[in-house]
Amino acid sequence: MATTCFVQGNEACSLAAMYAGLDFFAGYPITPSTEIAETLSARLPEAGKKFIQMEDEIASMCAIIGASLTGSKVMTATSGPGFSLMQESLGYAVMAEIPCVIANVQRGGPSTGNPTHVSQGDVNQARWGTHGDHSIVTLTASNHQDVFNMTVEAFNIAETYRTPVILLFDEIVGHMREKLVIPEPGEIELVERLRTSVREGVNYHPYLPREDGRLPMSDFGGVHRYNVTGLYHDMWGFPTDKGELVDGLIHHLVKKIDYAADAIAHHVPYYLDDARTMLISYGSSARSALSVVEQLRRRGERIGLLELQTLWPFPVQLVRDYARDKEYVGVVEMNMGQLINSVKLAVDNPRRVYLINRVDGRLITDKDIKQTLRVIAGQGV
Amino acid sequence: MSKKKLKDHLINRDWCKGCGICVAMCPKDVLVLDGDEKAMASHPEKCIACRQCEKMCPDLAIEVITEDAHGKEE
Amino acid sequence: MAVKEYIRERFFPHMWCPGCGHGIVLNGLVRAVEELAINKNELVIVSGIGCSSRISGYVDFHSLHTVHGRALAFATGVKLSKPKLNVIVPMGDGDALSIGGNHFIHAARRNINITALVMNNRTYGMTGGQYSPMSGVGVKATTAPYSTIDNAFDCVELARAAGASFVARTTVYHVNQLSELIKKAIVHDGFSVVEIFSQCPTYFGRKNKQGGAVDMLKIFKEKTVLIGSDKKKDNPALMERGIFVEKELPEYCKAYDEVIARARKA
Repeated sequence: MATTCFVQGNEACSLAAMYAGLDFFAGYPITPSTEIAETLSARLPEAGKKFIQMEDEIASMCAIIGASLTGSKVMTATSGPGFSLMQESLGYAVMAEIPCVIANVQRGGPSTGNPTHVSQGDVNQARWGTHGDHSIVTLTASNHQDVFNMTVEAFNIAETYRTPVILLFDEIVGHMREKLVIPEPGEIELVERLRTSVREGVNYHPYLPREDGRLPMSDFGGVHRYNVTGLYHDMWGFPTDKGELVDGLIHHLVKKIDYAADAIAHHVPYYLDDARTMLISYGSSARSALSVVEQLRRRGERIGLLELQTLWPFPVQLVRDYARDKEYVGVVEMNMGQLINSVKLAVDNPRRVYLINRVDGRLITDKDIKQTLRVIAGQGV
Repeated sequence: MSKKKLKDHLINRDWCKGCGICVAMCPKDVLVLDGDEKAMASHPEKCIACRQCEKMCPDLAIEVITEDAHGKEE
Repeated sequence: MAVKEYIRERFFPHMWCPGCGHGIVLNGLVRAVEELAINKNELVIVSGIGCSSRISGYVDFHSLHTVHGRALAFATGVKLSKPKLNVIVPMGDGDALSIGGNHFIHAARRNINITALVMNNRTYGMTGGQYSPMSGVGVKATTAPYSTIDNAFDCVELARAAGASFVARTTVYHVNQLSELIKKAIVHDGFSVVEIFSQCPTYFGRKNKQGGAVDMLKIFKEKTVLIGSDKKKDNPALMERGIFVEKELPEYCKAYDEVIARARKA
C-alpha cells in the first residue's frame, strides 16, 4: 500500500530521489534547500548508499560528476549563491554528458538576497548560467505530489539523455508542508542508464552517439578505459580542435535536448478548453494563479491556467498552441520577467503577453494577480 | 643475481625532443645529440646500464635493453 | 619498455615542451604503477587544468580531465562512490594550491584514500608563465615584471597541518626516489601527498635566468637534501626530500562504512 505522509517539499524531493534510486549525494548547507541534504544524510546510509557534505557547492557539483562516472545515480541540492558556484562544473556535466540532478530551491537574489523568502529569480540562470552554447533540462513543481513526480522524472531524463537536469523549486514549495502519497515501488517507471554492450578488448567509443542520439556508458572501474574531458573531444573522449568534430559535438549537445522538448514538456492545463484569458505560471506562484482562475471561473469568466513543469527546454509548441485562440496571456512569476521572454517568442502575438509579478520576497497572492488582470483589461486598479 | 649488461639503447626519435637531459645526466658520457637534435648512443660500450637516461627522459623516448650473463634479454 | 603498457602511445610525442619536468613525473608514475602491477581497470587518474593536468590523457587508465582546481573534488566522488578504485590526482602547483587550495586541505582533512601528486614548477605554464602561489618572493613572471612580493606556501607543512596521513617531497632530478615515493603514496591507505619539484625551462627558467632543463635539474640536486642530512644544519636554506608524514589514521571510505552500519542499526 502506498504510504501517505505530511512533509515539506524538500523532504518530498528527497524521498523521491530515494525512490528513483539515488546512490550518491554531495552537498553544502544553504537555506532554503538544506532539508534535502539533512533528509538524505539519514536515508542514504540506511540504504547502504553514499552521502557526503563537501567543503562548498563547487566541490559538491564536482563530486557528483565523479560519482556518476562510476555508475551511480547522483544528486546535489542548493540555492541561488550555491547554484552560482556550481555553474562551471554544471557546464562540464553538459560537455562530458554526465547524468546528474541538481535541485535549486530558489530564494531571493541577486547575491545573498533573502535566504528565507521566496523568489523565482533563477529561471534564466538555470537556462544560461554556465558559459558556452548548450541546452539544459529544467523541471519545477507547485505541490508536493508533483515535486515527487518531477524529481523522479529528473533522474529518468538525466539517465536517458546523459545530461544534468535542474530541479528549480522555490522556498515556499520547499518549506511548505502538505500531504504526499509515496507511490509503491514500480508504480512510476524508473530509467536506468544505457550501458555499453561492447565487450572487453573491442573498441568502445564513449562519445559516439547511436542513431537515436543516446550514448551507452561504461562505468569507471569497468573494462573500458576511456577519457572524459571538458575540452572539445572526439568519439573516444580525447581533446580535439578539428572543426568538423567540434561542430558535430556542439550540434549533438544542443539537439539531443531540443529534439526531446515535446517529449519532456510536462505541464498541467486548467480550464483552458474555452478560456479567452490564459495565465501561465509555475512553482508556488502557480498555486495563486490557480486560485485566481477558480475564483474567476465561479464568476463566469473564461480564464484558464497553463502550469508549466518543464521550463527548459522551453515548450514552444505547447505554449504556442494553447495561446493561439486567447485574447491575452498573463505570465505569473516572482521575478522581474524571466520566463515571459520565452512565452513572447513562442506566441503569435507577443504584444498580448503581460507580466504579473511580485518581487518583494512574499508569495504573489490571488489579490495581486486579480489587480493586475484588471489593469490589463483596462478596468482600472 | 648476475650483473646486467647492455644490449641496446632503443631511442624513439619521433618522441625525442632533444632536451639533452639524458646526455647531461649519463654518468659515462654514452649519449650525444645528433645533427637532428635527437639523442643517440655514440659510446654504447661505456654504458653501465644504470637506466638513468631511461628514467629521466621526459619524453619516455629511451629504453635500455639489457641481457644477463647468458645473453637472455631483459 | 614495460611502461608502454600503461601509456596511450598514439598521443606521443606528448604536448609538453622539450625538457619539461612533467614528462619525468609521467615517467616515474608509470614505472611506479608498473612495479605495483596495479590492474589498469582499477586505476583512475583525475586531473584539473594546466600543463600538469594533461598527464591524465597519456596514461591508459580511466582518465578524468576536469576543470581548474577541482580535481580532488571530482576524485572524492569517484573514490567514495567506488572505494575499490585506486585514484591518483596529478596537479600543478596553481591547480592544487591556488584555485584548488580549499579542495586540497579538505581532501587531506577527510583522509580519503587518494594519491595527490603536486607537480610544483612555481609557475602557470599553460597560460604563459604567470606567478603562482609557489613562486615565492623575488621571482620574475609575466604578471610580475618587477618580481613577486607574495610568499609561497610550504606544501608539505600545509598538507601535514590539514591532516594528510602521508606527505612526501622529491624532485624530478631524483628519479629513483620519485617512483619509490609515488609507489608508497599509492599503497598508503589514506590521503597522500607527494610534492614534486618539476622544471619549467620555457617560462620559469627563462624568466628567472636559471638556464635550460639540465641547469634547472642541477639546481634541484644542489638545493635539496634527504631528510635528516647534516648538510641541512650547515645550510638551512636547503629543502628536504623524503617522507615527512606517514601514519595510520581512519580512512574516509572505511569510516563511512561504519556510518552505514550505525544507520542500519538505528
